[in-house]
Amino acid sequence: MAIETQPESAQAPGGSDPGAGPRERPWWLGPGLHYAVIGAVLGYFLGHWLGNFTGSQYQQVGTSDDNDFAIVLGFAFLVLGWLIGLGVFNDLIKQMLGRPVRSTDHKANLGFAKYFRYTLDHKVVGLQYLVGMLIYFFTGGLLAIAIRTELLSPSYHIMSPTTYLEVVGSHGTMMMMMMTSVILGPFGNYLVPLMIGSKKVAFPRIEALSFWLTPCAFLILLSSFLLGGFPTGWTGYAPLSIQAGEGMDAYAVAFGLMGISIILAGFNIVVTIICYRAPGMRWSRLPMFVWAMLTTGFLLVLAAPVLVGGMYMIITDRTAQTAFFVDQLGGSSYLYQDLFWFFGHPEVYILALPGFGIVCEILPVFTRKPLFGYKIAAAGLFGVAILSFFVWQHHLFDSGMDPDMRPLFMLTTELISIPTGFIFLVAMGTFWKAKLRLTVPMLFATAFFFNFLFGGISGVFLSDVPADTTAHGTFFVMAHFHYTIMGGLIFAFFGGIYYWLPKVMGITMNSRLGKVHFWTMFIAFNSTFMPLFAIGMLGQPRRVWEYAANLQTLNDWVSISAFCLGGSLCIFIFNFLMSTVIWRKPATTNPWNARGLEWQVSSPPPADNFENIPVILAGPYEYGDPDALPVADLHPPAGVIGGALAGAVAGPSGTEA
Amino acid sequence: MAAEASSAARTPRDDSRDGMWLLIIWIALSVIGCLLVALVWGPHMPPGAQSSSAASQQTDITVLAVLATPVVIGVLLYLGWALAFWRQRPGDETDAAPIHGNTKVQATWIIGTAAIVLSLAVYGTIELISPAGAGAGEGPQPIWKPAGTTTASVTSWAPGTSNILQVQVIGQQWAWTYRYPQFGGFETTQLMLPVGEPVQFNVTSLDVIHSFWAYTLGVKADANSGVNNVAYTTPEHTGQFQVRCAELCGIWHGSMYNTGDVVPVADFVKWTQTTSTQLADVTKLLPPYAASYDPTAINMGKINAALGLTGAGGGFYNPADPEQP
Repeated sequence: MAIETQPESAQAPGGSDPGAGPRERPWWLGPGLHYAVIGAVLGYFLGHWLGNFTGSQYQQVGTSDDNDFAIVLGFAFLVLGWLIGLGVFNDLIKQMLGRPVRSTDHKANLGFAKYFRYTLDHKVVGLQYLVGMLIYFFTGGLLAIAIRTELLSPSYHIMSPTTYLEVVGSHGTMMMMMMTSVILGPFGNYLVPLMIGSKKVAFPRIEALSFWLTPCAFLILLSSFLLGGFPTGWTGYAPLSIQAGEGMDAYAVAFGLMGISIILAGFNIVVTIICYRAPGMRWSRLPMFVWAMLTTGFLLVLAAPVLVGGMYMIITDRTAQTAFFVDQLGGSSYLYQDLFWFFGHPEVYILALPGFGIVCEILPVFTRKPLFGYKIAAAGLFGVAILSFFVWQHHLFDSGMDPDMRPLFMLTTELISIPTGFIFLVAMGTFWKAKLRLTVPMLFATAFFFNFLFGGISGVFLSDVPADTTAHGTFFVMAHFHYTIMGGLIFAFFGGIYYWLPKVMGITMNSRLGKVHFWTMFIAFNSTFMPLFAIGMLGQPRRVWEYAANLQTLNDWVSISAFCLGGSLCIFIFNFLMSTVIWRKPATTNPWNARGLEWQVSSPPPADNFENIPVILAGPYEYGDPDALPVADLHPPAGVIGGALAGAVAGPSGTEA
Repeated sequence: MAAEASSAARTPRDDSRDGMWLLIIWIALSVIGCLLVALVWGPHMPPGAQSSSAASQQTDITVLAVLATPVVIGVLLYLGWALAFWRQRPGDETDAAPIHGNTKVQATWIIGTAAIVLSLAVYGTIELISPAGAGAGEGPQPIWKPAGTTTASVTSWAPGTSNILQVQVIGQQWAWTYRYPQFGGFETTQLMLPVGEPVQFNVTSLDVIHSFWAYTLGVKADANSGVNNVAYTTPEHTGQFQVRCAELCGIWHGSMYNTGDVVPVADFVKWTQTTSTQLADVTKLLPPYAASYDPTAINMGKINAALGLTGAGGGFYNPADPEQP
């Protein structure tokens, strides 16, 4: 028997009155994307004018032909105008004025328009993120194709050196910066509440804001092409970044903005996981994907502020001449390298951990076995997350920093392979005498381990100082991190799309095209990046358009494979668009016969996720155990939920139930 | 129920000996693989053996590759086996046996990986310290130096003595120049080294960060302005080697390379004498030798006049200037 009254305020933030929603208006009168665009354009011109007005008096601006003040202020006001147009500040101002604010329980029936607004529903934000991330990813991918086209010949032939560096920098920054939330954004925001039995996330406004900052960061980063690009690659090393032209401002503002976005996203997900678990969702029953989101969230919250600080210092160095990084004026270029990599190394685990989470979620379903060594898997995630803060100097083995610390950073870096090895143990244990079902998500999860194996092994070469002396700064490094990030994260991302799209949209993707996509992508990926290990070891540094003539055969092989990889991704785009727009083959509630809590509700999930807060009865991976309880009781008797809530959630909920 | 389903399908494969077979095949393939990597591939591993640091890096890379071989073979073999044999039989909709973990396997795995990792770290540390920093830049205060060398004099050098040969490597956008303080401090774009003599590279920059990478010499050291980044090696074979910039330094980063030469000691001494005489006019206009080069002390006009150049040839870009040229 279901309880009649849901404890409505149990998860509602204080201060709101759920009864009094705002008036309904036609969509074009309310705040939304159209006003955001207008606000952004007006904001940019206002900021640019203000920058010219205040900055033109300075000698720094007078002696050069660019005004970084104007560009930076333009971007700052652009963001402000964008957010005002979206209505981000409306509730804030209403609350200050004592007016009724939009309740987070209020599900406005806006139809398709809700995807273009500052919507507080985590499922809407998840889908916004999914589409956004796909757009960002394919934009970065097009830039990669441009790079490989240039590298078809050993000297420059298609692009000028300036253009080549613009493209390389934009590709790297697009992928490393926008892809930080490639899984936490779409899957984390959408699925975590469903997996932990919550009706909503902890901070819906912060979550929505974290998404709506990403289009801004994306467009500002792309605008660097109009400003002459930036010559530094994604690392933005000073003093080159201080010397560079106006395009550098776009890099610093966009990266800083994305930093703020991922701090907000991480903060929301961490609090949601800790505070919003349903009764019975003990830490020992938490799905591994949620563990991965928790550790990723912690990394985002702890590492990204350092990045934002570093970007802020670059901006002030370039505008107000603060000279944090200019050694002739008392600064240090090492300061920037330290700040950047103190963020930058946790960053690569921010990209790896969600992949671990997704494959740990997919493996038990398709091997039809429990996850082998649940605690080991969680320990592996935490081990990687904690150690990732103690390894950043391995990027600086040749930099001329104090050599005393080198053995220590070599040790900490190599130690990371122990918790990473846990994930391999978990996978191999789960595979042991399984009943494998080779569906498309399972193929991607298996390929994850194939690719990550090579990514991880090559990482050991880079952690070892003598071997790193040859490998550092070459295509070997490039191949290494493409194997871990593209071969790991992006394969897991596509696996996740094929696995969860039936849940998210209620639509099954075409599995034959999915298999074609998988095999072409798997073969083209390895054919692209495996030779790059050799190219690097044979002496080709990163980010060059000119290389030794004897490496042309290998480089051409790589370029052609890269084009095939692009073609394979076109198959995905075709499949995705046709499946979701044209074919729309409806999915059953639980097509994979999975035990996860998210699969126990309808597809797509109802507006409130769960009619009643469920009571979790067992872990999500109890496959093959005939005595296992169902994962949750979706309609718990009144006494159970009341008793559990009285203990778990203090406050008005106890009295209502 | 499970029995019904499986008898309906084909007879289930007997998988009780899979573990043993996997172990046997893994050991056999690993032994073959390790021997091939160590004996056949090893001698051809980059960066070759032109210098002491290159040779130590080659050894290190070979050792890591040998250790990686059983790991790669093990995981791939296991995944391949799983995909080949542990598949769902047609019509079998049942789940597999519920194994939640195995303390022995988990403990063995953790102890095994920890032992490999710790021994790698110890080996790497030894390989870092014994060949004098393994050719990597050690910063202004190097702590691992080639055995039996001193820096007794920065103004003179003779072959066969313990006084180490010093070469200042100066990176700028976008060229390398080399300064030989022990031969009157002349500055040239040619990098010449004597075979069999330990060398100390003092790497510095005039503008942004570069990275001095003498590939087959096994030396890599970042060039930071105002910082002297020291790296050591001993060339062991004569011949040419490539120098490239390994840190993105602006538009022409891709073409910032030249070649160096390792020559017999007598040829090297002769070369220093001719070159220092040739460049004497320019050398006396250069700022006095210092561990980190102050480019603002150069009177470029006088140098250009001495070389018979006009215009901005040989200029440099001040990183404090806001605009990349």
